[in-house]
Amino acid sequence: MTMNRRHFLTATAALAGASLLPLSASAADTVKLGSVLDTSGIFDAYGKPMDMAMRLAVEEINAAGGLNGKMIDVTAYDTQSDMALYTQYGRQLTQQDEVDVVHGGILSASREAIRPTMRKTNTLYFYNVLYEGGVCDRNIFINGVTPAQQVEALIPFAMNKAGKKVYVLAADYNYGQITAKWIQKYVAENGGETVAVDFFPLDVSDFGSTIAKIQAADPDLIVASLVGGAHLSFFRQWAAAGMNKKIPMASTTLGVGNEHKVLTAEEGDGIMVAYNYSQELDTPANNAFKKKWAEAYGDANGVHEIAVSNYQGVLTWAEAVKKAGSTDRDMVIEALESGLSIEGPAGTVTVDPKTHHAVLDVHIMEFDGQKMKVLETLKQRQPIDTQAVCDLEANPNDNQQYEIKF
Amino acid sequence: MDLAAVIVVETVYAVASLILISAGLAIVFGMMKVINLAHGEFMMMGGYATITAVNLGINIYIAMLVIAPIVVGLIGLLVERLVIRHLYGRLVDTMLATWGLSLFFVGIVTMIFGNTTTGISTPIPGISIGDYQINGYNFFIVIISILLVLLIYFVLKGTRLGLIARGTMQRSDMAAALGYSPDRIYMATFFVGSALSGLAGAVLAPLVGLVPSSGGAYIAKAFITVISGGPSVIAGLISSGGFFGVVNQFFTFAISPVVGEVALLVSAVILLRLLPQGVTGRFLKGKL
Repeated sequence: MTMNRRHFLTATAALAGASLLPLSASAADTVKLGSVLDTSGIFDAYGKPMDMAMRLAVEEINAAGGLNGKMIDVTAYDTQSDMALYTQYGRQLTQQDEVDVVHGGILSASREAIRPTMRKTNTLYFYNVLYEGGVCDRNIFINGVTPAQQVEALIPFAMNKAGKKVYVLAADYNYGQITAKWIQKYVAENGGETVAVDFFPLDVSDFGSTIAKIQAADPDLIVASLVGGAHLSFFRQWAAAGMNKKIPMASTTLGVGNEHKVLTAEEGDGIMVAYNYSQELDTPANNAFKKKWAEAYGDANGVHEIAVSNYQGVLTWAEAVKKAGSTDRDMVIEALESGLSIEGPAGTVTVDPKTHHAVLDVHIMEFDGQKMKVLETLKQRQPIDTQAVCDLEANPNDNQQYEIKF
Repeated sequence: MDLAAVIVVETVYAVASLILISAGLAIVFGMMKVINLAHGEFMMMGGYATITAVNLGINIYIAMLVIAPIVVGLIGLLVERLVIRHLYGRLVDTMLATWGLSLFFVGIVTMIFGNTTTGISTPIPGISIGDYQINGYNFFIVIISILLVLLIYFVLKGTRLGLIARGTMQRSDMAAALGYSPDRIYMATFFVGSALSGLAGAVLAPLVGLVPSSGGAYIAKAFITVISGGPSVIAGLISSGGFFGVVNQFFTFAISPVVGEVALLVSAVILLRLLPQGVTGRFLKGKL
C-alpha cells in the first residue's frame, strides 16, 4: 500500500478521533464530584477524616450501583491548610475539571474563598462543617450545626442541672463572639443571669487569673466556647485547681476535634456538650457506619463531628441527584428544596428549603471516661439563627453572609 | 483577703514562669549572642519528650526534670555542631538559620506525633486558700524557678567551669591563649541553654494543651524578657521577669487577660525606649 499525504492525514485523524472516543464516553457515564479539603498542614486533624468520610460515602454509592446508573468519579485536591490554594483549586474544579458538585472547605475563610467561584460558574456547592451561621446563597447547601441549634439545646439543659448564674468564656474571633451572644440570649430566656463574658485570643494559654476571677464571681455554671490547643490549657488548669469538682461546665466546642480523648477522664468528666454526632450514639445507623469505617480504615477512633457532616453532605447530594434523575444544577437544587431528608449516622438530616441549612438532631452529651455519653436527643432542630435573616424562597438571588443581630 | 492572697500567688507564679521560659534563652542569647529563634521549639520538644516518657510509664518528675532536659540538650548539641558553630558572630545569619530550624522542628514533630493536641494532667492536686481553690502546681513552678536561678548563679559564680565560660564569652581569644578551647566551651554552653529550654517546656507541659506549633506562644515573651533584662544574665532575668510579671498580672486582674498581655508589650516598648541597653545596662551594672 502506498502512503500519500492525504491517506496519512485521514488515517491519523481517524486514529486521533478513535483515541478520544473512550474518554468522551466515560465522561458521559460518570458523575464528577469535586472535593477541596486541607488534608495536610495545621488543619489536617479536621480535613483527613473528612476526606476519608467523603470517599467512604462515594464507595458505598458506587457499590450500590451508582447514581442513576452512573458511577461517581472523585476529583480531590489537598489545599494544604493554605487559604490561597482554595481559590486556585476552586477554579480548577469548576473550569478545567468541570465537576457536577463540589464538597469541601473547612474554615469559614476557606468557604468564603470558593463560594463566589462556585456561584459564578453555577457549580453546586456543599459546605459540611459546623460554623457561625448566616450564609444566604441559593447555590450553597450547608449541613453543619449553627450556634443557635447547639446553644438552644445545651443552655436550658445545663442551667437546669447547675443553676442560674452563668459565666461565659469564649474565643476572641467571630465564632466565639457570635456564640457568646447566643449563649447570653438563651441564658436570659431561661430566667438566668450572665455574670460575666470573657474573650481570649487564640494563643492565650495561662488561665490562672481567670480561674481566680471566676471564683470571685461565684457562678453556678461555666459555659466555655474556647478553641484550639492553647485554650485546651484552660480545662487542664481548671481541673488542676480542683474546680472541676465544684462548678459544673458546659462547652460548645470541646469534643469536635476529639478533645475528650486528650483530657484525662478526671479532667474531663462531667463537662456537658451538644452536637449532631457522638461516636457513642448507640443507633443501628451509627453502629453500621462505624463498622464500615473500621473495615475501610482499620479503626473508627478518628471519626468526628465534621467527618460525619461531610459524609451526610455527600449522601444528601446523592439522594437529590437520584430524585432529580439528573446532575443538572437547577434540577438538583429543586430536589433538595423539596424538603429532602436522609438517614445519616447522626440521625435524620433534612434540608431546610428557606435557608439551605440543615434541620438535624442535636444530642446532649456528657464527658464520661473519655467518651461522650449521650444523655438526651432533641429531634429535628431548626437552624433558627439563619432562618431569622435568610429566606431564599422569597429572595432567591440573595448572596451574602448575614451578621445575626438581636 | 483571700482574693488578695490568690492574686499574690498568681503574680509570683507569673514572674516565675517568665523566668523559667527565658532562662535557656538568657544563656544562649545573653551569654553567646546567638539569637535562637528556635527557642520556643526547644521548649515544645521538652514538652513532647515529657509526655512521651510519661506515656511509657516513667515517673513524671523524672521525665520532666531529667529526661526532657537531656533529650533537648542533645538535640541542641547536634544543632550547635551542625549549624550554629559555623555562624558565631554572624547575628543575622544565625537568626535565619534558627528560624529555618524552628520550621523544621515543627514539621518533624508534626510528622511523628501528628497535628493534634496532646498533654498530661498535673501531678499535684488543687489547694484551697480560704474560699478559693488554686492550682497547686503553681507552687511547684515557683520552686523550680527559684532553684534554677540559684543553680545558674552558683555555677557561673562559684565554679571554675562557670568562670571559664564567662571568661570565654567576654574574650574568647584570651581564653584560647590561656589554653581553653572556645569551640568546646561554646558547645557546652549551648548544650546547657538548650537543656534549660527543654526543662522549661517540660515543667509547663502539664498546664497546657501541647501542639507542634506551641513554641510560638513562648518565643516573644522570652525574647522580651531577655532583651529588657540587659547584659547581666541573672540580675537581668529577675528584674525584667519581675517587672513584666507584675505588670501583666496587675492588668489581668484589674481588667482582662487580653489587656494584661497588651500591658506587658506596651511596658516593654516604654522600658526599652528609656533603657535601650536593658535594665541591667543602667542599674546593677557588672552584676552577674
